[in-house]
Amino acid sequence: MTQTSRTLVTMPATAKKGEVIDIRIIVQHDMESGFRHTELGELIPRDIIREFVCTYNGEEIFRADLHPAIAANPMIMFSTIATESGTLEFNWKGDNDYASSTSGKITVT
Amino acid sequence: MMPLKLFTCFMVALFGLSGIVFAESFGADRQSGYALMSKQTQAMQDDPLQNPATFWLLDGQTIWEQKAGKKDVSCAGCHGDAEQSMKGVAASFPKIVNKTLLNLEGRINLCRTEHQQALPFKHESKSQLSIATYVGSQSRGMPIAIEKTPEISPHLEAGQNIFEQRMGQLNLSCAQCHAERAGLKLAGNTIPQAHPTGYPIYRLEWQSVGSLERRLRNCMTGVRAEPFAFDSQEIVDLELYLMWRARGMLVETPAVRP
Amino acid sequence: MTIVGASTLYPWLGAQATEAEATQAIKQIVGASKIRSGRVTLDIPPLVENGNSVVLKVSVQSPMTLDDHVRAIHIVAEGNPLPNIVSFHMNHRAARAVVTTRVRLSDSQRVWAIAQMNDGSYWQGFAATLVTLAACTE
Repeated sequence: MTQTSRTLVTMPATAKKGEVIDIRIIVQHDMESGFRHTELGELIPRDIIREFVCTYNGEEIFRADLHPAIAANPMIMFSTIATESGTLEFNWKGDNDYASSTSGKITVT
Repeated sequence: MMPLKLFTCFMVALFGLSGIVFAESFGADRQSGYALMSKQTQAMQDDPLQNPATFWLLDGQTIWEQKAGKKDVSCAGCHGDAEQSMKGVAASFPKIVNKTLLNLEGRINLCRTEHQQALPFKHESKSQLSIATYVGSQSRGMPIAIEKTPEISPHLEAGQNIFEQRMGQLNLSCAQCHAERAGLKLAGNTIPQAHPTGYPIYRLEWQSVGSLERRLRNCMTGVRAEPFAFDSQEIVDLELYLMWRARGMLVETPAVRP
Repeated sequence: MTIVGASTLYPWLGAQATEAEATQAIKQIVGASKIRSGRVTLDIPPLVENGNSVVLKVSVQSPMTLDDHVRAIHIVAEGNPLPNIVSFHMNHRAARAVVTTRVRLSDSQRVWAIAQMNDGSYWQGFAATLVTLAACTE
């Protein structure tokens, strides 16, 4: 598995202060469970994303601890309150030094 | 006890001597595998940000713009903007190119070797799937357009024969499941009519994007037959027949399927 | 020919073993605290199309205010090789304790969602689902 990959986020670019916004994020990752075998019977070692963290202007608002039972190309939908304009950052970390990130700017009026 | 003649007619009608007993669905009776999926899986296909195939599409876009081969030219170098030049292209494949029947992957590889003088993409490689997804998606929403020309007719006939021919240890033909029994259940799944409207697809079973050839080879393994080789005449003929059978239906590439 | 999971061939072995593991995993989450049933809804299709990717939505009834909110939601499976699926951590800023993701389920089973409140209390809900193999696998 490569050490980084694409991650795509859907979130509104603008919102009213106090409005609840929905965030959807997906990342490209095989999430090799560690339970599969090759055709020759060799165990394919576990290689998964372990952690997802979302920060809003530097403050953590959502986190997920992932295990092998999360489907390949993980997708998470969650929500947060639009408090102020700024940047939401999304970070994935996993086995074998895997790391990927993306961000989205929001204007809150 | 009904008269023997009537009974024989009844049994023939029920089981058939060979080939298809129930009439193939035509026109509006045809149904994409999409219709059999749950709302959640349909949403996964409809929304590019929920569809993992988007990642392959983006990689395909990168390949489109990347110079390659001894000629050091990219797809974009000749074809420009794919959204313009590739519009409707995937919907018309397989087709005859220089007297050879080629599917989309074969046509792309012809470009690779002849015009870029680069090595052809290997089947089911990430590169091939990505570029096929990118080019295929330019036909999304357009009707499949395969024309029955004199040139293509022998291949079409060959493909139809394969579709109707029993094969494998289970001695089943494609038609027996996908024409006669479409809509009924097999091992908890509803049997689709097998219209390849969305290839390359993200298949939940594969947890990855894969080609129509891969899927057809799966089916053959499923009836315990030796699968046709990648790029074999049989497999491309069968692809042609399936696409012709689905003509007029809308392209869904990249689709999601269970 | 359909392949069946260990818990179907030897139901007294498989199902009990993973149920026990799930109970153990939940115990590790809540410690000695009591778990109350309710407030937690787990949405999984009753019959999944493919166990490799099942949409799972968990919702917890909570005002999500600074004084009264969900701090974490843990998803635990009774029939998977490993019981823990995922843990979501949040605060009152989530506004809704509703999270959706896609999970792998290897067999027909019950899946549990344990919600941890800011006051240290635990609530649980579950959903049962049927998982079959695809007709044509590779």
